[in-house]
Amino acid sequence: MNKFIRAFTFGIFALVPMLTLASSGGVHLDKAGNDLTDKESLKRGFESYINYCLGCHQLQYQRYGRTFADLGISDADGVANFMYTGEKVGDHITNTMPAKEAAKWFGSAPPDLTLEARLRSPDWIYTYLRSFYVDPSRPFGVNNTVFKDVGMPHVLQGLQGIRTMDEHGKLSEATGGSMTVEEYDAFARDLANFLEYTAEPSKLERQAMGYWVIGFLFIFLIFAYLLKVEYWKDVH
Amino acid sequence: MIANFMAWIEKRLPLMDAMNKHAAQYPAPKNFNFWYVFGILASVVLVNQILTGIWLTMSYEPTGEGAFASIEYIMRDVDYGWLLRYMHSTGASAFFIVVYMHMFRGMMYGSYQKPRELLWIFGMLIFLVLMAEAFMGYLLPWGNMSYWGAQVIISLFGAIPIIGDDLTLWIRGDYVISGATLNRFFALHVIAMPLVLVILVFLHILALHEVGSNNPEGTDIKKKKGSIKPEELSKFTFHKQYSEKYDIVDAIPFHPYYTVKDLVAVVIFLIVFCWVLFFAPEGGGYFIEAPNFEPANNLKTPEHIVPVWYFGPFFTILRVVPDKLLGMITMFAAIGVLFALPWFDRGTVKSLRFRSKAHMINLTQFVICFVALGVLGTMAGTELTNFIGRIATLGYFGFFVAIWFYSKNEKTKPVPERVSG
Repeated sequence: MNKFIRAFTFGIFALVPMLTLASSGGVHLDKAGNDLTDKESLKRGFESYINYCLGCHQLQYQRYGRTFADLGISDADGVANFMYTGEKVGDHITNTMPAKEAAKWFGSAPPDLTLEARLRSPDWIYTYLRSFYVDPSRPFGVNNTVFKDVGMPHVLQGLQGIRTMDEHGKLSEATGGSMTVEEYDAFARDLANFLEYTAEPSKLERQAMGYWVIGFLFIFLIFAYLLKVEYWKDVH
Repeated sequence: MIANFMAWIEKRLPLMDAMNKHAAQYPAPKNFNFWYVFGILASVVLVNQILTGIWLTMSYEPTGEGAFASIEYIMRDVDYGWLLRYMHSTGASAFFIVVYMHMFRGMMYGSYQKPRELLWIFGMLIFLVLMAEAFMGYLLPWGNMSYWGAQVIISLFGAIPIIGDDLTLWIRGDYVISGATLNRFFALHVIAMPLVLVILVFLHILALHEVGSNNPEGTDIKKKKGSIKPEELSKFTFHKQYSEKYDIVDAIPFHPYYTVKDLVAVVIFLIVFCWVLFFAPEGGGYFIEAPNFEPANNLKTPEHIVPVWYFGPFFTILRVVPDKLLGMITMFAAIGVLFALPWFDRGTVKSLRFRSKAHMINLTQFVICFVALGVLGTMAGTELTNFIGRIATLGYFGFFVAIWFYSKNEKTKPVPERVSG
């Protein structure tokens, strides 16, 4: 019977990984390969975000000051180089685009992106930014293979250039941008990295703490076990 | 001085006596195995949920306008707020894992059988309240999955003839899920349900200690007074409540023997719990679902609306029945039959170890069906999942029908008089 129970327990636990196979979206995503510990990449992503994204997409849950502190930017440096519209260091990273008007302009208001990397994934952001192509049927003349019929224009076209789609659904090399393909990929990677950071600013702290907590628990387990053995000498 | 003070207290409120009765001199069978740790683990998680919940409440804002942002405020601006939040969200899933294991233990060793029917019913009530508690708690982050999950489940009540629409309106407090719904769910989640839960847990333990713990062999450790030779009696001292009425064999005091043993289990559990908490708090998208990182939006439906994994089995049963009202009835019946399990099972042998082959096959198929229903409940519904889901639903209910038939004249093995291990 014990054998049965053991096999049975094993069976239950073997079924659990199946759960994780049950869900995955349709579109193929490229691996961003970003690294949260790479502060230079995060800083570049932050800078790009301020320059290219913030006009439309807020980071309304993320504060400037926290971002400076986590990315190793001094407040003075941050105010001078990252804050253009007279906010205070403690303010959230917001813009002044009126949501109602924006919905009229784009079909729907540009979403807040603080949590985008958790809503979708860093890989999704990385792939999305690199997947615009010419589509004259769309209001802004572009479409996206990752997000079909997206309301967003290709604001990074000046950097990436523009791609076309052939009849097999394959995208051409980008042409006419100021960046090479590699440079643009790195640019997208830095943005994905920065957005992974804003989605959960305490992620690295969390993981670092985890090693200590679990390490402690393993040591405690030894003593708890020895205590049990000591007491149970009376029973056996 | 201290002794006098303790005596003074004891005269007015027998605290030490209660401690002895329920811990230091409570006779527990000496052969508890792995499956017997989940009750303690459930209490550990309950305490975790209550404590972290209190601190989360300090920074949470229960309004449609502010709820989502207040969660992110907790995650970013509150010192160790992220830790509190993950302890609470991971705890919710952990609660159901340990409770499902605990219930399965009861089914495997017949712990619901006479005289433990009421104990089982209190347990089932805990399970029911826990589901309500979790359902309401899941709305509070006010993410888009919170919103649509609640929308779908509450709209079910609309299927009830005549009163359906008024009932859903009454539950929501509005024509759609709104801030009004959020507010009442908050009230129920932080005070009403936890209060009921704690009282039920208290009653569950009292009922347990009245009838005594079962064990993996299902043998009785309380024998008729005078039937056991003095040298075979358990060498430990038990509270007179137990020892005056019975001869107690093969038992040890719960404290310190099981408290130190359970401590080991608690630490192992915490290692797994903390691993999820610190390295995978989203639980692969099952503990915190991705669409919940987007605020509630009544104009934007998530691609697949599925409830959190722990509702999976019951959600699948609901979904595979083609008619909405019948589906709801079937879903509630699935919980109802569990309540009635002590009466479906007409057998007298408790443990799976000494029951028939038929019972083992039946229980095995039940578990397979239950897990299958759970897995299907996390997936988007298709023809295929509905088909498998229907078979699994039949298997689920079939367990109860089958046990009612074969348990009456079941061919069982002889149950040993005494605990063998």
